Amino acid sequence: MSQLTDALASNIGAGDGARTEPGNAGKRSKKPGKAPKVPRGKFSVHFAHYKWLYLLLLPGVLYFAVFRYAPMYGVSIAFKDYVPFLGVNASPWVGFTHFQDFFSNPDFGRLLGNTLILAFLNLGVAFPLTIVLALLLNEVRLSILKRTVQTLVYIPHFLSWTIVASLSFLLFALDFGPLFLFINNVLGTDIDFLSDPAWFRPLIVLQEIWKNTGWGTIIFLAALATVDQDQYEAAIIDGAGRFRRVWHITLPGIRSTIIVMLILAIGQMLNTGFEQIYLMTNALNRDVADVFDTYVYFVGITQGAYSYSTAVGLFKSLVGIVLIFGTNALAKRFNQSGLF
Amino acid sequence: MKIHNTTGGRIFDAANYVFLTLIGVITLLPFIYVFAGSFATEAEITRRAFFVWPEQFSLGSYEYIFSTPAFIRALVTTVLVTAVGTVVQLILTVTMAYPLAKRNLRGRQLILSLVVFAMVFSGGMIPTFLLIKDLGLLNSYWALILPAAINPFSLIIIKNFFQELPAELEESAKMDGATEVGILWRILLPLSKPVLATFALFYAVGIWNDFMSPLLYLSDNSKWTLQMYLRQVTASSDLLGTGNVDPNYIPPEQGIKFAVIVVATLPILIFYPFLQKHFAKGMLIGSVKG
Repeated sequence: MSQLTDALASNIGAGDGARTEPGNAGKRSKKPGKAPKVPRGKFSVHFAHYKWLYLLLLPGVLYFAVFRYAPMYGVSIAFKDYVPFLGVNASPWVGFTHFQDFFSNPDFGRLLGNTLILAFLNLGVAFPLTIVLALLLNEVRLSILKRTVQTLVYIPHFLSWTIVASLSFLLFALDFGPLFLFINNVLGTDIDFLSDPAWFRPLIVLQEIWKNTGWGTIIFLAALATVDQDQYEAAIIDGAGRFRRVWHITLPGIRSTIIVMLILAIGQMLNTGFEQIYLMTNALNRDVADVFDTYVYFVGITQGAYSYSTAVGLFKSLVGIVLIFGTNALAKRFNQSGLF
Repeated sequence: MKIHNTTGGRIFDAANYVFLTLIGVITLLPFIYVFAGSFATEAEITRRAFFVWPEQFSLGSYEYIFSTPAFIRALVTTVLVTAVGTVVQLILTVTMAYPLAKRNLRGRQLILSLVVFAMVFSGGMIPTFLLIKDLGLLNSYWALILPAAINPFSLIIIKNFFQELPAELEESAKMDGATEVGILWRILLPLSKPVLATFALFYAVGIWNDFMSPLLYLSDNSKWTLQMYLRQVTASSDLLGTGNVDPNYIPPEQGIKFAVIVVATLPILIFYPFLQKHFAKGMLIGSVKG
């Protein structure tokens, strides 16, 4: 969920950035009061007048050029045979060879399956739970309880995946962890949750729920606060009970937020968090644990297949972009407000 | 508005309150257990399955980790990298946000579009790794700070904040002969202290928690950060087979794991109240504009 809210926030920011344009010097403002005071004319005059501002801009622009755009150019090695001493430019082109290798590799099906299963588990379990928790919090009229619970459930979002993984290792530790003992006592079993491949996915989803469900409610609680209160009064007069009010007023009231969050979630589907999966991966559960992100790491960084793993990463981001535009179009077709 | 309470409604309320309280407690329990365990003796940890208060209070685990050079090194490193990194990232973000807040600056639209595009598409793990390698930053702490130095989302929020400050402030300063840099330093920064404090905290938490960058860029284990150390201590043995746990490493006693987790968590918990005060507001800044 954190990726979702962050992504949503980014998109909102992005939209704003694009929309604040009409004041720009390029297209002269239509509002008379907002006419730019810049000297018009040659860029060199403009530049000289604002040299301090351009100087301030320089480090940031350099940062984006070096650390954001140079790697984008570096993606070209997905179509090359990258040789470290030749560098990105001089390495020979090989076309789609790496993609063909990847698609014909038996790993491909396994990775796609693992990634999609985790994504759908998160989408099917963690996502609805976030909405349910937001609805329950929204029903609380005792504000001290509401604030206390909110304070508590937001905390795990700020902890690192290393801490979450470490806590899991302790709580589920073989023959010793409290949850290991408790669950096995109740079920009368002897399951080693940390190494049993069958328990890998439930554990991942459980961590995700613990860490991010609370944080995810923020955006829904903000939406819930905007639902028209008069409708509730009208519904009460009509004799609607608590659950019918939630079903007929509250949920439709936050429908557009739910759809936006769902679109973002689907767009992020292949981005199973690298740190989380990496930390929970071990020799025994590799078969179910490997996802695109960790595969790129193992094949690229530890085995040095740079070009091949870049191709895998590029494939993943392209599918992500297709997914987000696809769901958006779908949402519009069903006459819902899309994201853009 | 007054909602008439039916019996069913009251039962629901009671159940809901109990349930939410339970959720809150369950969220906290792992911390309480680890905190209690870090002050317990090894014997008690192995004997008692779960406890929230140690029978016998012991500082042994902390004495042990604070006399372990590798731990001290990781802790000091992480504190320094977090401090320096936060300052560097904040300076880069603010100096870039300020010119972009000037609506009449030429080239502004192009730069903003490029910033937004960088939010949607990134080079990915391997090209970034190769870049860091080519820059000679492998095993350098700058590799933990620079690649994520400007968060595009924070940049745009701060830019919007500057843009919303009354223009009269700057105009009167200009009449008094202040330069652009002087305006930023003497007028805008003091006004935006709360906003900048919030983003500083978010940057600091990001660096403190970062596991992927040290994993990718620091192969020299004498340079490891606290998160890497924590991972080494708690990954019970190298059943992981992922190659990043030192093979000569002997897993420590349980109590030490508890203590290291507490040390890694505590700064976040201490700063959490400050974070919490602002993050909801921060998210709302975004949504109101949407």
